[in-house]
Amino acid sequence: MKNSKYREISIYSLIFIFAFLFFISSSHAVEIRREVTPNKLTVLQVERHNLPVVMVTLLVKASPLSEPGDKAGIAYLTSKMLNEGTSRRTSSGISGEIEFLGAALDASTNYDFTTISLSVLKKDIEKGFDLFSDILLNPSFKEDELKRKKELLKGALRQREEDPSFVANKTFIKEVFGGHPYGRLVEGSVESIDAIKREDVVNFYHRHYLPANAILSVVGDLTPRELDSLLKKYLSGWSAGAPGINRQTETASGNETDSIAVPARGEVVLVNKDVTQASIILGNLGISRSNPDYYAVQVMNYVLGGGGFASRLMKIVRDEMGLTYSIYSAFVGNKEPGQFEVEVQTKNGSAGAVIEEILKQIRLIMTAPVTDQELSDAKAYLTGSFPRRLETSRKVADFLAAVQFYNLGDDYIEKYPEYINRVTKDDVLRVAKKYLDPENYKLAVVGNEKKLIMDFKK
Amino acid sequence: MCRKGFTSAGFYFICRICPFGGFFDILVGMRRLGFLLILFLWFVPAVAGASTITSAVKEYRLKNGLKVLIVEDHKAPLATFQIWYRVGSVNEPAGRTGMSHLLEHMMFKGTPKYGSKQFSNIISRNGGTDNAFTTKEYTTYFQTIASDRINISIELEADRMANLLLDPKEVAAEKNVVMEERRMRYEDEPQSAVYEDAVAAAFKAHPYHWPVIGWMSDIASIQRDDLYKYYRTSYSPDNAFIVISGDVQPESILTKIEKEFGNIAPTNNKARVNTVEPEQQGERRIYVKKEAELPYITMLYHVPNFPHEDNFALDVLSTILSDGRSSRLYKNIVYEKRLALNASAEYSGFYRNPFLFTFSATAAPGKPIEDVEKAIYEEIDRIKKEPPSETEVQKAKNQIEASFIFAQDSNYSKALYAGMFEMMGDWRLMDKYLEGIRKVKPADVQAMAKKYLTGDNKTVGVLIPIKNSK
Repeated sequence: MKNSKYREISIYSLIFIFAFLFFISSSHAVEIRREVTPNKLTVLQVERHNLPVVMVTLLVKASPLSEPGDKAGIAYLTSKMLNEGTSRRTSSGISGEIEFLGAALDASTNYDFTTISLSVLKKDIEKGFDLFSDILLNPSFKEDELKRKKELLKGALRQREEDPSFVANKTFIKEVFGGHPYGRLVEGSVESIDAIKREDVVNFYHRHYLPANAILSVVGDLTPRELDSLLKKYLSGWSAGAPGINRQTETASGNETDSIAVPARGEVVLVNKDVTQASIILGNLGISRSNPDYYAVQVMNYVLGGGGFASRLMKIVRDEMGLTYSIYSAFVGNKEPGQFEVEVQTKNGSAGAVIEEILKQIRLIMTAPVTDQELSDAKAYLTGSFPRRLETSRKVADFLAAVQFYNLGDDYIEKYPEYINRVTKDDVLRVAKKYLDPENYKLAVVGNEKKLIMDFKK
Repeated sequence: MCRKGFTSAGFYFICRICPFGGFFDILVGMRRLGFLLILFLWFVPAVAGASTITSAVKEYRLKNGLKVLIVEDHKAPLATFQIWYRVGSVNEPAGRTGMSHLLEHMMFKGTPKYGSKQFSNIISRNGGTDNAFTTKEYTTYFQTIASDRINISIELEADRMANLLLDPKEVAAEKNVVMEERRMRYEDEPQSAVYEDAVAAAFKAHPYHWPVIGWMSDIASIQRDDLYKYYRTSYSPDNAFIVISGDVQPESILTKIEKEFGNIAPTNNKARVNTVEPEQQGERRIYVKKEAELPYITMLYHVPNFPHEDNFALDVLSTILSDGRSSRLYKNIVYEKRLALNASAEYSGFYRNPFLFTFSATAAPGKPIEDVEKAIYEEIDRIKKEPPSETEVQKAKNQIEASFIFAQDSNYSKALYAGMFEMMGDWRLMDKYLEGIRKVKPADVQAMAKKYLTGDNKTVGVLIPIKNSK
């Protein structure tokens, strides 16, 4: 999911930011079966019998949006504890059993939700579901396992400080979001991880890991009847309860929340590091996934910097100026307004020149309409790239859960081309003016102070 | 699918730009070196189910030597087109390292018919993605696109096989881009810097010595004419093959390929690496001191390549040591002893000459790297003293097998499998692979450790973090 950007590896997740939700051509329409179980679990199923595999995604509405600030990272930690032991199995028992099947069972958390993913061969589906339901329903959160996991997570956070892009991102989101949960790492910080006690994890789990607070998506070589029997056998014991209140339910999406910092004029935060290349992130508060302008913004961003080699920033800063290997822009459309950002790496000596060009390109797209060619190229890509994005069962499973979570509608797949195709040049100009801000941006630079040349025209 | 075994420290893919090249979200828990340098391949292409791909492959050859492999799959109206050139960093002359990769970048910079960057623009406009990667031995270009538009790929690839411009101004600009890429991947990535130095130490004679991206000063000094000559000799139909996977009809697509590629003349390029790396006679050890948070270690052992008879047991050995949280290195060094944040072993057999079996680990905060190194030796010694259990070997076989089946959901990875085996000599070797893995016995795995994981066959690279005054 696009939010994993800050969790795992930034470069790979770009493809998700770039083109997050897609649709399918009518000739190969996805037939989705929906049901709500008696214990209030929403279930989505797509049958695909091309391979003897089954992909399961359980999305749980538990994320930084649901956690108290002084326990930042609890959502992530809770998810990472699920396969560290249950009332029936030890940590190594779980990994040993699942890996003997050649299957995978993982849990993780992004800024908006948690997912538990099972990838298993059809012949092993019973065993796979048994393990899946066990870690979901019976995690034991043992004290020694928790301690071990916390040490590992803290160590990993420290190691990632070696990555200039990670440091730039951490610095940038803090500037943009302030005390809002999007302003911190999903993993939390060394201090906040230290502050999490076993009791906190147990309470968080009981409050959020509830069927009414989750979406189950199952795609692959499985019939509805087979799935129903698995659900009855393995998930009917999941007790319905009243979910804890998620933060997002309190906030009208599309609006800035009170805890999001008011950006001050063109602030620069510099982090000194012994690097040959400056890592730069520039941007401001953007929009939420539910903002009606979302599609116009995607088209605009494609032209500006989201379209790889088709985008203006890549053409100019990389191809013409030769100043970078990688530059992109993105609007992260989360449950609550996410960030707009341009990220680039360039040698210390050309940092200022690149920043100046970025600001120039932002101003340009705010003042002059995009060309007809640019508009049609962007639409052609955004609509035409869809089938690729739903090629595998794993992709379909994750996609369906996200569509449901963001309330994109049952007809989202059919409607998507229309959402994109109705965007006009005026829309593009209007949203550029509305959501870009070349005056009140935030700017994070990780570079070598002695070698950095940061002069640029504002 | 997130599986270990697809990456290899030795497998250095350098793409034109990674954000759009990393199709696989399979990086969880891998070490960072893997994250940044590698386009994830099903590197241990596995077993059962191999026959289901080989039985679906159809092979054709044009008169000019261009081989075409087609894997039909009609599950979705999509197709992947890949063209593999048998040229990589091992073919570069001294002082011109990085030329294969720079040429890969330049392949997007235009022909008389399609100007600079038109290639990618046309593909995007048609809803497709395209990218390329360069390794030590080959350079691969690929597009994934709606299958009714696959002819666009064929036209564009044929055009740039024969008619690349290599405009001197564009070459000069792209050299700067590649130098930025090198800064990003190596200069400012402490663990990658260690790996680069360790490989260079492990190979003193063989051209595996230098990195795919090249040395910085070599990149700077490459001239347009060097590149043009290299292009003319390496990019020809008889030094390449095509793999297409997806919703296509072989008859009509072959007609199109014949039409577009059929008139390109072969060059009879016989460039091969003659150098044989002399047997290592004693441990080599290098250190890198760099601003970093935690110490890191990598250990490289020379091992044979596929399809050597030892290949299969080496694959099972690396899987037992390193695939998943139930693997020995994770369980014992990360989980039980808490000495490291991550620890992995990878066998890189998919090279044309013998390459490496690699261990690597990042020390946990406060833990000396010497203790991590010792713990890895303990695991090696354990397997030398006692063969793994039948269950452990069976688990490894299941993991390899399942990863192969999962991979078949994607046209791209199916084409990649076929291409990698073809690069090793013949795509039909996929079946041999299957047979080989199935035959592995616990005693074979033990024998591999005894035979190859020895002190005198080892190169160690250590990252010593320093806090710079900046």
